[in-house]
Amino acid sequence: MQFTRRTKKVALGSNPELYGHCLQLYGQPPLESVSLVQFETFAVERLKLLKSVENLGVSYVKMSDDYQKKLSTELCSLNFPHRTSRLSYDCKRRKDHISHFILRLAYCQTEDLRRWFIQQEMDLFRYRFSILSAKYKTEFLHRNNLKYDTISIEEKKTLKDELINSSYGISGATIAEQEFYRVPFQDALDLVRLRKVFLQVGYAYIPHQDIVTIVLNDFRTRLSKALALTARSLPAVQSDERLQPLLNHLSHAYVGQDYSFQKNIGKVSLEQIDPLSTTSFPLCMRQLHKALREQHHLRHGGRMQYGLFLKGVGLTLEQALQFWRAEFVKGKVDSEKFDKAYAYSIRHMFGKEGKRTDYTPYSCMKVILSNPPSQGDYHGCPFRHSDPELLKQKLQSYKISPGGLVQILDLVKGMHYQLACQKYFELTHSVEDAGFSLNHPNQYFTESQKLLGGGKEVKKEVEPPQRGQEIAGSNAQSAPTQSPKVQALDKMGDLESFFLDE
Amino acid sequence: MPTSDYDPACLPDLLPLYYRRLFPFSQYYRWLTYGGVSKSYFQNREFSFTLKDDIYVRYQSFSTQNELEKEIQKMNPYKIDIGAVYSHRPSQHNTVKSGAFQALEKELVFDIDMTDYDDVRSCCSAADICSKCWTLMTIAIRILDRALREDFGFQHLLWVYSGRRGVHCWVCDEAARKLSVTARSAVAEYLSLVKGGEETVRKVVLSDPIHPFISQSLGVVENYFNKYAIVDQELLASKESVDRVLSLLPEDVRKELLVHYQNEKNPVNRWGILTDLVNQKRMSSKKGGYFEKEIMLQYCYPRLDVNVSKGVNHLLKSPFSIHPKTGRVSVPIDVRNVDKFNPFEVPTISLLCEELDKSRADEEEDGIKNNETQSAERRKIRDYKRTSLAKYIKLFDQFLDAMAHTRKGEILKKSDLQKEF
Repeated sequence: MQFTRRTKKVALGSNPELYGHCLQLYGQPPLESVSLVQFETFAVERLKLLKSVENLGVSYVKMSDDYQKKLSTELCSLNFPHRTSRLSYDCKRRKDHISHFILRLAYCQTEDLRRWFIQQEMDLFRYRFSILSAKYKTEFLHRNNLKYDTISIEEKKTLKDELINSSYGISGATIAEQEFYRVPFQDALDLVRLRKVFLQVGYAYIPHQDIVTIVLNDFRTRLSKALALTARSLPAVQSDERLQPLLNHLSHAYVGQDYSFQKNIGKVSLEQIDPLSTTSFPLCMRQLHKALREQHHLRHGGRMQYGLFLKGVGLTLEQALQFWRAEFVKGKVDSEKFDKAYAYSIRHMFGKEGKRTDYTPYSCMKVILSNPPSQGDYHGCPFRHSDPELLKQKLQSYKISPGGLVQILDLVKGMHYQLACQKYFELTHSVEDAGFSLNHPNQYFTESQKLLGGGKEVKKEVEPPQRGQEIAGSNAQSAPTQSPKVQALDKMGDLESFFLDE
Repeated sequence: MPTSDYDPACLPDLLPLYYRRLFPFSQYYRWLTYGGVSKSYFQNREFSFTLKDDIYVRYQSFSTQNELEKEIQKMNPYKIDIGAVYSHRPSQHNTVKSGAFQALEKELVFDIDMTDYDDVRSCCSAADICSKCWTLMTIAIRILDRALREDFGFQHLLWVYSGRRGVHCWVCDEAARKLSVTARSAVAEYLSLVKGGEETVRKVVLSDPIHPFISQSLGVVENYFNKYAIVDQELLASKESVDRVLSLLPEDVRKELLVHYQNEKNPVNRWGILTDLVNQKRMSSKKGGYFEKEIMLQYCYPRLDVNVSKGVNHLLKSPFSIHPKTGRVSVPIDVRNVDKFNPFEVPTISLLCEELDKSRADEEEDGIKNNETQSAERRKIRDYKRTSLAKYIKLFDQFLDAMAHTRKGEILKKSDLQKEF
């Protein structure tokens, strides 16, 4: 890609083959010239889109009606293609193409960034593919060389009952018309995981309507490989000083605090933990602390979630070792066994063993979405993982008002787990509005401490790239006719506030 | 678990004998080399040992069977674990550039532990097992073995008794060994039906349509449910137990049942009433509800630890390892006769050593001298054949033969294809 400072007009319909379909797998990078302004605009708008995808994914069930409606609105307002129509939406498709590749540059550098980018791009793709008509879906498959064998009519007849009972939306009536594809189960893991497909001797039998999951797998694999390749060529791109600031800004913008750098190291004493657990811990950590005190033990999932949280709260390694040892020793573990079996993993958490990765405390997303608890576990998110009846009893025992309880349970029913926790915060701290958007247990703790520690209006801590702030400031003084560069940076300022507003 | 013979304090004396005369090293090596198709497959395999005083050493690896044998005989580990096949020799992992040392392949494994069923068994808890609750393992083996073979197409499964309170499954097909973390977790989740921890009451939720896998699994459970749950576990006998079962039902059914149960005390009949009521409700209302099936599954369906199956680098106890607390050998289970398997009949290391001594004594009585010209190998084969370990090693041999047969078939297929051109 070459960049010029002049804005260059691209004729509509100049690339009929490249943009023949509204959806693509981003196999080929764009080969044309793009102005710096467009470069920045495209990138920022796609990032806004991906951020919306992420937020919608937490607030609504993915692919539900509400989710689809809102995503459709977003795509429209940000000018991205999403509906196929007779008119060629070449410019939107071009923007889609180019903006994706720009964001690859920004998001290829670390494992976390890559994972985030892939997740949002996949969710976006899933939506856009699912709204295509059958005709365009098939056309997409053919254009992209996804060849899977269909099963014979005889086989379909033999397996009729099994196919009907394993594929959602297939009934005795519709099965005759649907094509079924026979795919190795390794290519259909998302369907296998949720048991949404019939398996026989290592093959998944997938109805045409479900082929999106297969395509998504393919999409994920390709994108993952591509990002790894991109990372290798990144140094050359970063040396271009026109691009470097924007790319840096883009990749920092998505993530909030991750609580890996503790500003309060050593400021919490072990005696404070018991009272803090009832006043300032989110429900998940309060539950873990209580279980630990009662059982004098926690299983691995609980130790990780709670241990890392305490690290984020400010416990030093020595304090952590003391804390866990004191508790475990009251149970079935003697001091020596503790040192042999558990101390290692605590030191591991603090980055003092093995790979020496400094593990970061889990965000709400991680707690809610990964490693669900089983028998004997106390980790996870109580709003997500507890039986509603038991949750209700527990909250009642914590003296939550009946009115508040109803609100919380409603939010849980609507799957708004983080909002439910926020409501729990508001009720236990007797405030109308929490004043923040909860997405991390340590954030809950910090906000609670702020509130309880004198009620002063403390400015929300963010990590603003210094440049962004300065430029936003300087905008106020700039002359009325703004050069393209400042215009673009205006947009950067927009980006800033967009993310701060969460 | 009463083990009258075995005393953990004797382990340090028994292990040397076990490792020198009984542990089937050549079969073990044959297993882990998988026909030698991949060079350095054995050399890059991680083993870990738990030694006396809980000393744990990882990243052990060996170039040959002899090296493995000598090291084990030297260290006399209390426990042996098997890990993954790595990109480099595990014993040299410190010399490899960080990030380059990767776990590449490993068997797909499952670990079923009886403690995970504590909320649904009344006869025992924690580390205890008895013949009544062992049925849960039988059910688990039947369900998972069928699914892994018929749904996933795996053929070479080694089921092993863990030595105390559970079973392990080693899926050794080439395709299984090459599975990614994502694939392994997908398989484990496909096989998981019981979900939820302490805070969840109703751990199995079924809705229309019932997936063929669930129907098949229910079929297995139904075969055992009456004897195991109603009779042995007395599910519907005591008030406490009845309350727990009823907590899984909707309010109206529960109320009606409590009324019936005031007059009907026989647990078998009680179950009959429950299923009748649930069936009636299903036929009358639009939403259906498979409550009786959910109850059966919650009380009997296997509980898997997904984390064990997920990790390519996860270490799992080796077959033929000894369980230090019970002395029992981790022996292969004959799935064709799974109903007959009795964990209390599995030989302990003390029994085996006794049998060895006895057979030695017999030999001398018969005047057969320990001939130095006989190879150590042949002597060893004679040794284990005279002990209770013999039939388990035979099972293992059959398992290995089957894998060799498949490999041969693959090679023939490949060469056939080439001939065609």
